[in-house]
Amino acid sequence: MNSRFLPLAATVAIFILAYAVCYAQFPAMLSTRVIGNLFTDNAFLGIIAVGMTFVIISGGIDLSVGSVIAFSGVFISVVLRDTGLHPIPVFAMLLLITTLFGAAMGATIHFLEMPAFIVTLAGMFLARGMAYVLSIDSVPINHEFYSSIQSFYWLMPGKGRLTFIGGLMLVVFVAGMLVAHRTRFGTNVYALGGGTHTAQLMGVPVARTTIAIYALSGFLAGLSGIVFSIYTSAGYSLATVGVELDAIAAVVIGGTLLTGGSGFIAGTLIGVLIMGLIQTYIIFDGTLSSWWTKIVVGMLLFAFIVLQKGLVWFTGRNRTSAEAAR
Amino acid sequence: MSDVANTLPLLRAVGVTKTFPGTVALDQVDFTLQAGEVHALLGENGAGKSTLIKCLTGAYRRDGGEILMEDRPIDPRGTLDAQIHGIGTVYQEVNLLPNLSVAENLFLGHQPTRFGMISGREMNRQARETLSQYGLNIDVSRSLADYSVAVQQVIAIARAVNLSGKVLILDEPTASLDSGEVKMLFDIIRSLKDRGIGIIFISHFLDQVFEISDRITVLRNGRLIGTETAASLDRVQLVNMMLGRELEHETRETGKTDLAPGDPWLEFDDFGKKGRIAPFDLKIRRGEVVGMAGLLGSGRTETAETLFGAVAHDSGKARKLGEAIQLRSPRDAVAAGFGFCPEDRKIDGVIADLSVRENIILALQARIGWARPVPRKKQAEMAEDFIRRLDIRTSDAEKPVGLLSGGNQQKVLLARWLATNPKFLILDEPTRGIDVGAHAEIIRLIEDLCEEGMSLLVISSELDELVAYSHRVIVVRDRHHVAELVGAEITTDNMVEAIATSHNGSAA
Repeated sequence: MNSRFLPLAATVAIFILAYAVCYAQFPAMLSTRVIGNLFTDNAFLGIIAVGMTFVIISGGIDLSVGSVIAFSGVFISVVLRDTGLHPIPVFAMLLLITTLFGAAMGATIHFLEMPAFIVTLAGMFLARGMAYVLSIDSVPINHEFYSSIQSFYWLMPGKGRLTFIGGLMLVVFVAGMLVAHRTRFGTNVYALGGGTHTAQLMGVPVARTTIAIYALSGFLAGLSGIVFSIYTSAGYSLATVGVELDAIAAVVIGGTLLTGGSGFIAGTLIGVLIMGLIQTYIIFDGTLSSWWTKIVVGMLLFAFIVLQKGLVWFTGRNRTSAEAAR
Repeated sequence: MSDVANTLPLLRAVGVTKTFPGTVALDQVDFTLQAGEVHALLGENGAGKSTLIKCLTGAYRRDGGEILMEDRPIDPRGTLDAQIHGIGTVYQEVNLLPNLSVAENLFLGHQPTRFGMISGREMNRQARETLSQYGLNIDVSRSLADYSVAVQQVIAIARAVNLSGKVLILDEPTASLDSGEVKMLFDIIRSLKDRGIGIIFISHFLDQVFEISDRITVLRNGRLIGTETAASLDRVQLVNMMLGRELEHETRETGKTDLAPGDPWLEFDDFGKKGRIAPFDLKIRRGEVVGMAGLLGSGRTETAETLFGAVAHDSGKARKLGEAIQLRSPRDAVAAGFGFCPEDRKIDGVIADLSVRENIILALQARIGWARPVPRKKQAEMAEDFIRRLDIRTSDAEKPVGLLSGGNQQKVLLARWLATNPKFLILDEPTRGIDVGAHAEIIRLIEDLCEEGMSLLVISSELDELVAYSHRVIVVRDRHHVAELVGAEITTDNMVEAIATSHNGSAA
């Protein structure tokens, strides 16, 4: 088998194994209701994780997305409260802002040759600060458009509900897969992760691609902010602290190399579901502290980093022995 | 070759000049490439090969001269622009992306699309078709990293030919290939030649140059020495063109013969490192200058690095005054009284941002340990002393070394090792890239040092220079020590002959 698919296979195997363990203990967990909730509860995380996958494959990192979600929620709720606008034009405005915000970070990273870590760290503080400026308090959203979206769902066989936001996450994942694997932009993202200098020599438009990657991540963070505001019916500047780290964890557990150049959007979906599954298990159990989620995620992350390192080592050795045999 | 010479030239460079601050890297160089010809470009380090290539591919902006493609002037502004004009380049270190699939590497930026989406199946089909022309039937959907360097090289060539299709520049393509792979590559080069592609081939393996090339152009010190058909040149003539005779006057015709016989101070028996330098025996007496001659990549630097422990040897042993010594690392070597001035002083030698004083003190401080700093006053005295003794041109000892000229940087590096008071000093190309005046000073310095009783191993491409100061000259070729010339045997002619002799023992 192509060694590129190995981390993805490991992720899928872990998911199936984890689900089997859950099912053995709580047979009720294998139902479309649980799966539907899994999608709904992790929709906002899944959407930013798609953007994060692109960023990490390109060899970068985006620490700003959690703060952008909080900013988005506050922005939407404050604008809806203070103006009579319909949510849809507000969404459009917000997406424009967060996309430009991401593009600006990408431009800074490329043109000032700054590490993505520093630039997006600054972006993280900036977005969080802007949320505070708009409102310190939690602002509730009471718009009939919101209630109608929240009550909209598709009833899956087995009485499970695929909500609007859960469905939106799946649509984003499918779109992400198409962009990553079936467009020149997608290949260019992988090319950047393989080596910026070489990519440049091979004719990849490095500046345009870098800016587009962070703009995409900004757009998806805005979209995730909309989803989060639908999920919670409020905007709060202290919300989603540290969610960017959850997204990075989901991407890595999904089999993407933190060093860039290799990974799959589909893997990230499984990564998000694994994290959601652990949470669900703890809820079913009822006696465990929710901090166990963090502990298990930490252990999984560690296992994946070791797996990736081992894989790189293994492919390197494999090739040398193949060459020696020739 | 006459049929080639009669057709219109494919690519022509006329009077191309490129200067860098302090040096003229290319001086009015003319170069012509015919369609369907393999044209070798030869020269030692710093001859201007890579500068010429970079001017042709737009990586450098030339300062003067013209580049004509099929008699139309072109002005490539970068690799991509050169590609559009039809010039593709493949470098020794393959410039492809190891994490992408073979097919993606071939078509990156030009993937076949259907309805705006990349058609993976179509791309893989075209990739298979392209590579089968090169005799390669591999799974194109696998990562490039899964394949050997030779295969990657072929893929790089296929991409370059696909995208440019008129001129293919191969920069040291065979350096990391074994003989079977070289044969495969040459078959490909011949088939491309038959398709009418002009190929510029850069290599320092003379056997390969004679095997594949139609014509040979030699550059030295940024100037064109000559362009000849390969059939009309023999190896001795070629080596003479490459190494040349720079110091025509004032030098002796043969090496020194005045060395007092004595027991060897250092002995290396069967010393070697697999893959870098074949095991050799070497004896060095006190106060002796041993020269080392050979072409680029022949094993000169590898010998020096092995002796100094920069690359640990894996066979043989070393003895000092008859006693076995450890030489596993530069630390061991420094402890045994060795010093080493490497070839590329910018990479391995001086630290440009540190001052002259700090650079000089570095090795001494490393030897006595960082826990016991050399007093500042002593440092200043030593720096002043070396600046005077070696005539280092600097306004003061606190000036960053990077601001000094090449020759003076070289002297600072020398001073660094002299400060440790070595008994055995290895100099790798001490006179490279410095002007003629500084040149003579370094040679004088070498003679002074050996009179003081220091033993030296000096590697140089300038044969006259070796004649001037060596008691003994070792000739290296293809990673073997092949000849040793003593005293009156040391002449440039003898060295050229030893260097030029091919594997099968003939000099032609």
